[in-house]
Amino acid sequence: MTTLKIDQVSKLYRATSRAGGLTPALRKVSFELRPGEVISLIGESGSGKTTLGKVMLRLVQPTSGSVTFDGKDIGSYSARGLKDYYRHVQGVFQDPFSSYNPIYRADRVFDLVRGSYFPGVGDKVWSAKVEQALDAVALNPGDVLGKYPHQLSGGQQQRLLIARALLLDVKLLIADEIISMLDASTRVDVLNLLVKLKRQGLAILFITHDLSLGNYVSDRTIILRHGAVAEMGATEKIFGNPQHEYTKMLLSAVPELHKKWQHAALGPVAVSANGAAAADVLASGSAGTALAHASMLDELTHAEQVVKRDLRAVFGGSRAVASGRSQVAVALEPPPLREFEPDHLVADPE
Amino acid sequence: MSVSVDNLSVAYRSRRGDVTAVDGVSFAVADGEIMGLAGESGSGKSTLGNALTYLDQRMKAAGGKVVVDGRELPISDNKAMRPLRMTEVSLVPQYAMSALPPTRKIGKLVTDLLKSHHVKDRQAVLTELSRRLELIGLKEDVLSKYSFELSGGMRQRVTIIMSTLLNPSLLVADEVTSALDVSTQRAVGEMLLEFRDRGYIKSAIAITHDLSILAQIADSIAIMYAGRLAERAATDTIVNSPLHPYTQALLASLPEVGVRHDQVTLTGIPGRPPSLANPPAGCRFRDRCPFAFAKCTQTPPFEEVRPGHLVACWKVSEENAATAGTGQEQPAVLLPVEEQV
Repeated sequence: MTTLKIDQVSKLYRATSRAGGLTPALRKVSFELRPGEVISLIGESGSGKTTLGKVMLRLVQPTSGSVTFDGKDIGSYSARGLKDYYRHVQGVFQDPFSSYNPIYRADRVFDLVRGSYFPGVGDKVWSAKVEQALDAVALNPGDVLGKYPHQLSGGQQQRLLIARALLLDVKLLIADEIISMLDASTRVDVLNLLVKLKRQGLAILFITHDLSLGNYVSDRTIILRHGAVAEMGATEKIFGNPQHEYTKMLLSAVPELHKKWQHAALGPVAVSANGAAAADVLASGSAGTALAHASMLDELTHAEQVVKRDLRAVFGGSRAVASGRSQVAVALEPPPLREFEPDHLVADPE
Repeated sequence: MSVSVDNLSVAYRSRRGDVTAVDGVSFAVADGEIMGLAGESGSGKSTLGNALTYLDQRMKAAGGKVVVDGRELPISDNKAMRPLRMTEVSLVPQYAMSALPPTRKIGKLVTDLLKSHHVKDRQAVLTELSRRLELIGLKEDVLSKYSFELSGGMRQRVTIIMSTLLNPSLLVADEVTSALDVSTQRAVGEMLLEFRDRGYIKSAIAITHDLSILAQIADSIAIMYAGRLAERAATDTIVNSPLHPYTQALLASLPEVGVRHDQVTLTGIPGRPPSLANPPAGCRFRDRCPFAFAKCTQTPPFEEVRPGHLVACWKVSEENAATAGTGQEQPAVLLPVEEQV
């Protein structure tokens, strides 16, 4: 049984700007991915979802916590062990247009795999293998082999990268926003391909900010907020009966075809120099509107900066902690998760 | 009618001849209307939006005219367009996130804008600016910040505020929501509505590939395919009873919240849009269309099959002509024009 286990993984990024400080990108995230399971990892920009994918691919070292694959900590792999790990765990990323080197033909990505993993394989066996992989992603070899990246559509490029992962004995695919750059008409094809691969036993971490796409493909869902799990569990439970305020807010903002947003017009705004009027707008009942939500999010980015200062104190930064607003939105310790129902964990509000 | 576009064609110059990216497009946008313009990448929707505001070196207007507020826009004359930009037509460019230069503070960009448009009473505009900033929940200190100090959503909102500062008649918003998170997407969408309601902009064209966003903010939707309009109708009509096979296929490929793969299998649209360098004769959706028949080798007319509902499809035209013939319903039908090519 091949299982990838994430255990209490935290990642702090050190800011390089003059202000310095540390940004908590992940805060003690734990979950497991089993064969044939699709987990969608949903969160807004800056929630740490890409960092988590990178940690799982060992492109980023976690500050604390461990990732174990088949019972072995991936941090302990030697160069050889790591190569073997990548035989089983592969990633496909957001922008297909920058994943290829435009100077070379697109199918060079296959040759690179052959060079490092299958040096002894003959031409005939190899091309049969390539055809099989292309067949799995519903690409016609004649359409894509020998072409340059610019001659392929975004959907074809993305499927070619998935085929590249399938050439290896891949058990786990980290799919980081792989369809956000694609047109609606080709998006669904890639999604359906993921469903097909999942049925064949592939485990997939589907990283997205699009809730309806995440809901469509996944068995389980993790909602990430400021690097910590806000809610996680079976997809139908999360989407059918969301408990965390943040999940509810995200769901209410999803544009749906047949349901309009509740758009409440904002009242008149008086001019004032100190921004007091904006606060009035927020306070006077219209706080439920998305505009208000957005400014709350902006507040949070400010609050995060405050946290950075506080963190610097904890980790012994060079400067003293600046005084001022000490409203802390993001503490290093994540809010505790409680079981709301079986397979449905909800974090306490932060 | 605040905006009317009549038979507009825009071509890109290339060494292998002109590529007509927008091919004889006509539509009108009423005062207070937000029109959505949707289509796949390469359908020409951004070219159309750019043509209304700024034709760059590579582009040329190959015909047609654009009238805004009763005045024809000199779209091929960049110099003559200059005073009209920001005041008559304004564009929020695609990738607005990176449209703000990183070397100047936002406030400096605004004063530059006012200077270059010879605005006399700058103080009044700046007061209005701070009022609008407060309206959408941005603090006034964004003016003293550089663009990279703002989050993506804040940058997007700043670009919209700047584009609409001089109250243009028509705002072309090109993919303003696509790179944003759902909550910010909603905030930006509602900001457009709010600005329209308050009269900061008279009308808007929202260009996106995301039909579900348009279902939220647009009053009417035009679907563009391979340089031509395929269908145009009120938002409810497009979403609930689309007639063009392409619109139907686009809508069928959208997952809605609550739909799982084991319940409903969504289908994409097979194939790719044709190359515009050498477009096929006749209906351009023909090769991907499940209903294509012999007549589709001729170009279908973009005609009104029901009041306010225009479609370019032979199948729809014929079915419509059949119902009109039996006298069940008498929609305004134009007779199919003879193929000229």
